Amino acid sequence: MDRNELIQQLKEQIIKQLNLADKKPEDIKDDDPLFVEGLGLDSIDALELIVLLQQEYNIKLKNAEEGQTIFRSVSTMADYILEQQAGSAN
Amino acid sequence: MPEESSVHITSTALIRNNKVWEGETLLFEGDGQGMDFLHSLYENLDINYPKFFKMDALCKSGTAAAHVLLKNFEKEQYKPEEVGIVLSNKNGSIEADINYYESSKTFPSPSLFVYTLPNIVIGEISIRYGFKGENAFFVSEKFNAHWMYFYVNNLMQAHPIKACICGWVDVVDEEYDACLFLVEQKSENGINFTAGNLDILYNRA
Amino acid sequence: MDDQLQSNEIPPLKGEAVFIAGLGVISAIGNNVAESLNALTSGNAGIEAMKHLNSIHKEELPVAEVKLTNEALADLAQLPSRISRTALLSTVAAKEALDNSGIDITRWRTGFISANSVGGMDKTEDFFEDFLQNPNAGHLRSVVNHECGAVTEITADALGIKDFVTTVSTACSSSANSIFLGARLIRQNRLDVVIAGGADALTRFTLNGFNTLMILDNQYCQPFDDNRRGLNLGEGAGYVVLVSEKVAATLAEAPSVTISGWANANDAHHQTASSPEGKGNLLAMKGALQKAGLQPADIDYINLHGTGTNNNDIAEGTAIKTLFDGNYPSMSSTKSFTGHTLGASGGIEAVFSALAIQEGVIFPNLRFDTPMKELPFRPVTELQKTAVKNVMSNSFGFGGNCSSLVFSKYIAR
Repeated sequence: MDRNELIQQLKEQIIKQLNLADKKPEDIKDDDPLFVEGLGLDSIDALELIVLLQQEYNIKLKNAEEGQTIFRSVSTMADYILEQQAGSAN
Repeated sequence: MPEESSVHITSTALIRNNKVWEGETLLFEGDGQGMDFLHSLYENLDINYPKFFKMDALCKSGTAAAHVLLKNFEKEQYKPEEVGIVLSNKNGSIEADINYYESSKTFPSPSLFVYTLPNIVIGEISIRYGFKGENAFFVSEKFNAHWMYFYVNNLMQAHPIKACICGWVDVVDEEYDACLFLVEQKSENGINFTAGNLDILYNRA
Repeated sequence: MDDQLQSNEIPPLKGEAVFIAGLGVISAIGNNVAESLNALTSGNAGIEAMKHLNSIHKEELPVAEVKLTNEALADLAQLPSRISRTALLSTVAAKEALDNSGIDITRWRTGFISANSVGGMDKTEDFFEDFLQNPNAGHLRSVVNHECGAVTEITADALGIKDFVTTVSTACSSSANSIFLGARLIRQNRLDVVIAGGADALTRFTLNGFNTLMILDNQYCQPFDDNRRGLNLGEGAGYVVLVSEKVAATLAEAPSVTISGWANANDAHHQTASSPEGKGNLLAMKGALQKAGLQPADIDYINLHGTGTNNNDIAEGTAIKTLFDGNYPSMSSTKSFTGHTLGASGGIEAVFSALAIQEGVIFPNLRFDTPMKELPFRPVTELQKTAVKNVMSNSFGFGGNCSSLVFSKYIAR
């Protein structure tokens, strides 16, 4: 899967996992902040994103703080996933 | 100390048997079941609060009932700490407990876990309207009008509470039973706040 | 349940003292008041590797378990061991409190007000395992309702209390709320004696849930420390026997501690997190002082909510900074001994607060190392022996439910 496909897939997964019933994938811009001023996600949403990474991508975060940089935007999430996948392929 | 008779029930909201009532008025009748009913209710009542979709069924029905109850409430007339919330139910947070339990077989869900306490519905209503007064949640077999009257009346007489949302919010097996009352100290209009009247209004539909 | 409460004819006893005539407690640091006091004054924490709870996190998450099997607890409670651990813990502590008071409850209008957040979930979990093996073993819905109310009823029956029995369910502030409700009912002259507090047993349900919130410490917790990592879950029960002045006058030994103030407020910020500035915490502490007719400088000791999570300690600390503004009393989190016992914590900490006044001691905040950089004060790290007149006990729960209680040494008017 290339980066663009991953980003599109992530947007759909985020909407589903976080019950953002009023949002469509195209409402989420690749580089928009996910928290507070952007999508307005909160700390529980961040924990759900950690579950999403584990469930869908088999990536386990050790502590919630790591999420602060990884979940800055859909782009940063995709980059992190690609980096982890590249790492584990070696 | 204000006279007891100056305390009135100024609004009631009832969600029961797939119908939504504001006082005597039928606002909405749904044909869907469970979450479908709650989501069609959301559309029909113009709740317009996206956070609704993240909530468990107990919080959804409590939030929807509060939305109906507070339609004409001017919250600016009270300070945040002057508005209290006292709720009760029979089944605690059973729906959320089951859902979280199901999720915990694979990936335990934090957003389901946070709803596994019955008083979270009070938190959700407080967050939406910014109410900061005293709140309490009691678990009992059935709606106990005498206890509710006693507790709320005591708050209104001896504490800084000038308005209080009280009543019953219960969810089990996709059956919703929410009956909320708005009780106010200043108001001249409304039904006298008595245990008898709470009982009549609760058993109306 | 409330025949006593329907009559409006009895006038409230305005401003009357509500005494604490008995204490009962069980937690990881002891099975009764004497053992708990001994642990608190000698600095022995009850947090350890998991022994009784059967969890996949056994190796990695320390907990504060009561050091007794269900069978041993059942013997103490004089109940069958098949009932839930929460009910056993509740009955052991409530019986101790009532025995300690020496009150004959048949003489008085007596209530039992109890709180818990997990109910009989431990038994439900055992059932669930059988159920997964054999779905015909029973109906999930008939047991998964862990029945917070049922736990209260079991203990009320064991104590023989019938006049008034109710269950409060407001998360981690539940048992603080049951205590002030008891005090209120006595002031309202609806009851003469109230046994009030709460109980909670450790379950996989809560352990896994708190784990998903990533607020459990895999080491021993360090409340109010700059390097705190989270909380350790605990279990237990704590009850106080509240009595009116009339009842107190009949007792062989005059009670020396009163509950003088209480308040509850909602933080209105988030389902589980406190607002960073501790808005609800501040309202509760302020309200309790006001109710007690005290100034911030009158408080000698704060028994902190102090869970050890990043969020709680900064919110609670900031609210204390705002309210006490330079006049900081001694303070400590006894959760560094007992872990966070959830629905039981307000009851257990009310017992510890009363002991602080009775015994003239302030308990240390264990494992404290580095002060929080945001706060101009630090908790007590050594046992202090000093006269204690007024204690504030904080309990803050999910759902924004914030409560503060004030306990005072009784000074005859």
